Amino acid sequence: MSAAGIDDPHGAYVLRLADSNLVLAQRLGEWIGHAPALEEDLGLANTALDLLGQARLLLTHAGDLEGRGRDEDALAFLREERDYRNVALVEQPNGDFGDTIVRQFLYDAWQVELYGRLGASRDRQLAAIADKALKESNYHLRFSAGWVVRLGDGTPESHERVQGSLDRLWPWTVELCEPDDIDHAMLAAGVGVDLAAVRAGWDRRVDRTLSEATLVRPADHPWRWFGKRGQHGEHLGRLLAEMQSLHRAHPGAQW
Amino acid sequence: MDTAALAERFQARIDADERIEPKDWMPDAYRRTLIRQMSQHAHSEIVGMLPEGNWITRAPTLKRKAILMAKVQDEGGHGAYLYGATETLGVTRDALIEELLAGAARYSSIFNYPTPTWADIGAIGWLVDGAAIMNQIPLCRCSYGPYARAMVRICKEESFHQRQGYDIMLALARGTDAQRRMAQEALDRWWWPALMMFGPPDADSKHSAQSMRWRIKRFSNDELRRRFIEFTVPQAEYLGLAVPQGEIDWSEFEQVLAGHGPCNRERIAARRRAHESGRWVREAALAWADKQRSKRREAV
Ligand SMILES: [Fe+2]
Ligand SMILES: [Fe+2]
Repeated sequence: MSAAGIDDPHGAYVLRLADSNLVLAQRLGEWIGHAPALEEDLGLANTALDLLGQARLLLTHAGDLEGRGRDEDALAFLREERDYRNVALVEQPNGDFGDTIVRQFLYDAWQVELYGRLGASRDRQLAAIADKALKESNYHLRFSAGWVVRLGDGTPESHERVQGSLDRLWPWTVELCEPDDIDHAMLAAGVGVDLAAVRAGWDRRVDRTLSEATLVRPADHPWRWFGKRGQHGEHLGRLLAEMQSLHRAHPGAQW
Repeated sequence: MDTAALAERFQARIDADERIEPKDWMPDAYRRTLIRQMSQHAHSEIVGMLPEGNWITRAPTLKRKAILMAKVQDEGGHGAYLYGATETLGVTRDALIEELLAGAARYSSIFNYPTPTWADIGAIGWLVDGAAIMNQIPLCRCSYGPYARAMVRICKEESFHQRQGYDIMLALARGTDAQRRMAQEALDRWWWPALMMFGPPDADSKHSAQSMRWRIKRFSNDELRRRFIEFTVPQAEYLGLAVPQGEIDWSEFEQVLAGHGPCNRERIAARRRAHESGRWVREAALAWADKQRSKRREAV
């Protein structure tokens, strides 16, 4: 079985959404048992589980669209890093709790805007997944935005730390709302969403929370980096090596 | 009423199988015994997240990953629930956690063993959650109301965990030679520690008799251990795995209990690291809550 990516734009579009959720779920999974307090442990695990659930539905759908018999596990465990299409934001390392929360907040705000619009997709399967996922993402956003506010407007130390997280992670947000050929094609086909509209909604949500958190929105960066086109940094390779190690060590085994 | 009369009435209520509630009078020793047992139980749930968490990022399929994440999250929930139940006895969760981090509190020794392979995740679910259920089902009728109610809820989830663990073992046992070997080795590793989970032999169990009188405990360690073996051996046979033969090495039990197990230091170090590196986060949350309170006061 080939371990390549998916070329057809529709399948590729769904795969991008799947991969972002999967990679972020994998990152959050690293926290379980190690969070600052029990409630945060449970909260991060809850988000991780939802994202993993969404990833599984989306991977299965992408595999069906491809029509070559690849299931969720073939797509998750047997693709190389260069064929992963997650946005680069989610592959960034967990860092401290503030880094994780800021990454999560920026992503949750995007997902809420995205899923809210994908519910109208002509791809009915994708629309159904988005409808279900939207409820979960709203919940994730309450958790992450709540923490951004508490850390931003907490102690001087927490303020400084979380502003640093925001500054470091901000450059990775550019691709979230910057359309490329696949986004344009899927918008034209009535499958995808208008990223300009997502951008406007994301801006509003981010600005509102940052101001409540007394945090300064970083300047937009001229730098363009597209994880969704397979441009990844140094971290994704290790994340996948760990995630795929057992599955690949026993080719064809059933678990 | 004098203490002797109160104690007599208390024991009469226990003998009549009534539940004792937080506001009821209870002997100090009863309260202390419950605090010790319930907090140990809560700590075990939390420390128990570590050996299984070790495989979340490497689970061999996405379905297994989701099940394992949910399981470890359940254990965290059990911990939260049990700390809450222990707080009804007049201690705080923070104080209990400080004791754990200081190395002054116990938790189930089983979690001081490592999980080197995926099969260990199956073995833990099958054997460790299985042994936990044997221990805990009688606790659903424990004389202390909040503990009994916590256990009803927890036991339901533990039995899911047990079935999920067995299902992992079944897939391995029906799998490749390498998978079968992995399963057998995990059974070999976990069998004796699982049997030790029921505690020392009855003759050496120092808390048992009083706990039985208080109906915190209803069956002896050896009785529960015997039931567990009876229940589990046919399951191993169905898997086509060999149950280790021989005797429990109680000196190993003593050693692990005394802090010399393979992972005692790592487990506490991991909990301490999480606690220490989360300090600024907890402080921020408190500072923020204070600010909100004073803002509300100003608004009034
Ligand atoms: Fe549990
Ligand atoms: Fe369990």
